[in-house]
Amino acid sequence: MPASSTTRPFSTKKEFYAQFKKKSIAHELWLRFLKNKTAVVGLVIFCIIVTVALTAPWIADYNTVVIKINIAERLHPPSMQHWFGTDELGRDIMARIVYGARVSLLIGISAIFVSLMVGLVLGGTAGYYGGKIDGAIMRAMDVFLCLPDVLLALAIIAAFGNTKLNLIIAIGLAFSPKFSRVVRSAVMSVRDNEYIEAARSIGARDNRIISRHVLPNCIGPIIVQVTLYVANAILTIAALSFIGLGLQPPTPEWGNMLASGRTFMRDFPHIVLAPGLAIFFTILSLNLLGDGLRDTLDPRLKH
Amino acid sequence: MIRYIIRRLLALIPVILVLTFIVFTILSMAPGDATTIILGSEYTEELGAQLRAQMGLDRPLIVQYFHYITNLMQGDFGMSYVMHTPVLDQLRVRLANTAWIVVCAMLLCVSFGIPIGIFSATKPNSFFSQATMVFGLMGVSMPIFWLGLLLILLFSVKLGWLPSSGLDHGVKSLILPAVTLGFNYMANIMRTTRSSMMEAIRQDFIRTARAKGVSEHNVIYDHALGNALMPTITIIGMDVGTLLGGVVLTETVFSIPGMGRLLVEAINQRDTPCVLGTLVIMAICVAVSNLIVDLIYAYIDPRIRAQYGAKARKA
Repeated sequence: MPASSTTRPFSTKKEFYAQFKKKSIAHELWLRFLKNKTAVVGLVIFCIIVTVALTAPWIADYNTVVIKINIAERLHPPSMQHWFGTDELGRDIMARIVYGARVSLLIGISAIFVSLMVGLVLGGTAGYYGGKIDGAIMRAMDVFLCLPDVLLALAIIAAFGNTKLNLIIAIGLAFSPKFSRVVRSAVMSVRDNEYIEAARSIGARDNRIISRHVLPNCIGPIIVQVTLYVANAILTIAALSFIGLGLQPPTPEWGNMLASGRTFMRDFPHIVLAPGLAIFFTILSLNLLGDGLRDTLDPRLKH
Repeated sequence: MIRYIIRRLLALIPVILVLTFIVFTILSMAPGDATTIILGSEYTEELGAQLRAQMGLDRPLIVQYFHYITNLMQGDFGMSYVMHTPVLDQLRVRLANTAWIVVCAMLLCVSFGIPIGIFSATKPNSFFSQATMVFGLMGVSMPIFWLGLLLILLFSVKLGWLPSSGLDHGVKSLILPAVTLGFNYMANIMRTTRSSMMEAIRQDFIRTARAKGVSEHNVIYDHALGNALMPTITIIGMDVGTLLGGVVLTETVFSIPGMGRLLVEAINQRDTPCVLGTLVIMAICVAVSNLIVDLIYAYIDPRIRAQYGAKARKA
């Protein structure tokens, strides 16, 4: 009588041994993340936006479509030819939004990279050493925190002008005080663990302990904050451009598209609809992703 | 308590000093100089140099700063380069408009955000609660300048109920700006209240209270709420800064002559004293509101109150 395969739970040797194999932490976290439906939705939306931004040159040509004025086709409502309609200078809004995504993502992510670097250095130092150093750095950060980040960025832009690089630096610096606080509290929470003491007892230098032992162990909350702050940075760029102090037209940027479309929105509402939706969905996706990552990486905060 | 307040107020002084110094330094690094703006087309090398000497712009930065700060202490914010009037006069008019919007927005947020958050936390699986979560998430992701435009389209253009710009129609003209400005803030307050309330409800002392037979209403409002409100108050205080940043946008959308507009105009016209004055006032507002939040903490939480008492006795 042949052994029926249904009585055996494992059909192959490989599958039988697979159950004893230890799964990697990353894999486990990934599975936990996938359980969070809203976070996955956020990730998917964000990936779509990134893909669109990366493939922009194949979607529309920058010189002939995105910035070229075409008065004959101005203010057309959405149609098959122009999905989101055309703007006050006859440019395809869809193409401008796609290129706007490139600008926003580039500046947003680079700006947060700047603040992450500043935050890691200042917050890491303050959190690890504590005492007077901590006091000095954090008092200085408190001073900056009295000035809303948009206004701090405004002051920097007012002084140095509004090029892309200046925007990155301005927004990056404006967010660094908050980042320093995040890094500091994360570092403080792992500072007193035994493995840090062990590292110290075998004679590791502070630099090595911070970079090899402390930071990798507080990466969770930092990743969460990075996600949420990229959203904030993108919002700030759009806001600065909206009030006319960020990127200037004809550079396609969601904020300045809204600003220039404002005048015509009474009769042509489509002109302000699409750029706003683009900002909204980008921020929403990053917020969903950030919240999901927080639940995954920081189980203490899980409800 | 009074000693504590005084001490905190005194601690504000160095913060303001450092902050003005930073902003002063940043702005003075701007290329070009004020004399070209003031003289306009009449600018010549000679006149420029003369004016520069007269205004003290040829002196070292630290001397200029010292000069500025001594005047500031006496309530003199300097003269506007563009309008040729004292900056303080401008600020006084504009501050009132901004204060109206900010206060209305805050009242709106607190009076809606907290109750909705509490209600949503007590019935976490209800349709209402789920709806508020979605609304809250959308609220924190909404760019307020876009929301403002949409509200204008709906309530001014389509329905014609509310004015779309200015502040000339009394309370009616405050509604849209206040809603716009407060939207993120309200969503944030609501989400925070909800999550901290849910946290509080799961605590042991709540179970004890329920076991003792305390009515559900008392459990929620007497036992849980006091504990749950702390994070909410933190958010309310922390976000005052964000709210003031949002003022710039709201005032742009609704063409309201307030501090935010003043700041943007001043930056565009390179009117440094005006930029500086606006930023200093805003920073003071944030610092003072942080202080108020700390005081409310002490008022609500007896543990913190006791701490202050102990500190005061030690000192």
